[in-house]
Amino acid sequence: MATEVLTQKENKGFSFGKKERALLTDPLNDNNPITVQVLGICSALAVTTGMKNALVMSIAVVFVCLFANMITSMLRNSIPKSVRMIVQLVIIATLVTIVELTLKAVAFEAYKQLSVFIGLIITNCIVMGRLEAFAMANRPYESALDGLGNGFGYGIILLAVAFFRELFGKGSLFDYKIIGGSAEYLIDTTQSWLFGWYAPNNLMVLFPSAMFVIGILIWVHRAWNPKLVDIS
Amino acid sequence: MELANIFIKSAFIENLALSYFLGMCSFLAVSKTVKTAFGLGLAVIFVLGITMPINWVIENYLLGENGLFGLDLTFLRLILFIAVIASMVQLVEMVVEKFSPSLYNSLGIFLPLITVNCAILGGSLFMVSKEYNFSESVAFGLGGGFGWFLAIIAIAAIREKIKYSAVPPALRGLGMAFILTGLMGMAFMGLMGIDPAALQN
Repeated sequence: MATEVLTQKENKGFSFGKKERALLTDPLNDNNPITVQVLGICSALAVTTGMKNALVMSIAVVFVCLFANMITSMLRNSIPKSVRMIVQLVIIATLVTIVELTLKAVAFEAYKQLSVFIGLIITNCIVMGRLEAFAMANRPYESALDGLGNGFGYGIILLAVAFFRELFGKGSLFDYKIIGGSAEYLIDTTQSWLFGWYAPNNLMVLFPSAMFVIGILIWVHRAWNPKLVDIS
Repeated sequence: MELANIFIKSAFIENLALSYFLGMCSFLAVSKTVKTAFGLGLAVIFVLGITMPINWVIENYLLGENGLFGLDLTFLRLILFIAVIASMVQLVEMVVEKFSPSLYNSLGIFLPLITVNCAILGGSLFMVSKEYNFSESVAFGLGGGFGWFLAIIAIAAIREKIKYSAVPPALRGLGMAFILTGLMGMAFMGLMGIDPAALQN
């Protein structure tokens, strides 16, 4: 069997060289899942109204990405090609169910706010896309690194978007008031917030603003890294 | 009349693409031309309309405490729903290939892609949280699919036109698509003021 030959080659240990580092850092910039690969947009929009939700979601996706990549890679030689989609989906769905039940037990507030979007990690194209593109053809160690890198690349964009949306939409970060006045400020002027004249802009909390923020992030990213510019 | 309300509500007021921003990955990736957007939109209507009632039956007769097993099996919901969607997409693909090869060819790769379209699974999960009955869930599925179809046709038409505009190079393509979708979402927020019950009179 050809697969036997492959496993012979696989016994080369767990080195961490240039190639392994590229697996981790590429998704942060040149091959970012959101701004370059257009994967996982759906959940990125919904959970970025606050830093807290974005952080919980990022951790969940990093976890699912890492283990889904690793498990699929371990099973890759025994998955028949015709049912691989369903096998991959079952692996992802199992991991997502673990995350969902854990959140329900540990952080019920966050669970209630994220509601269907935790479930939607299953259809988060990042996980599925990386399984198809990477884990089906590489050994578990590299696949785990790739999953970790893509999870972080996703998390970074998520936190960046959430930063702007929460700061300008609610004037706070991690629910801690940073800038702008509040209803109490108008009555009790002894409270002097930084930039007290700023009234939080409700539009930033709504869905469309997430599109604008990501659009502008893509603009900045491509202006700074011109090889990503869309030529067509 | 109640069903028509749900159809209109899910197609316009609670549009899956432009109010909830579900199915964005394929929405942004496949909307470069109107022709491909049309094929994907039709396929989404079809799959949403089929999976919604099947998932309703699973939710109510298999998973609940008064279901077939008499146990609370709701923790299996995600796995069962996604399995139904994956197998329905596979089945639809085979049926279409058998009976209408021309339609199959025009849809091409977009048929299997629907499996990971969040709008499908999201629709099923919304259907559960809204506690619809069977006929309402059919109307919700068809309406949601129709709304998604309209949205992807609209963005594809705009993107075809904007190719000829002087957009800054770094913003061209994907960046502009995001901002356009945001603007369309803002426009759709205006529809949230509509009260479907008022349409009845």
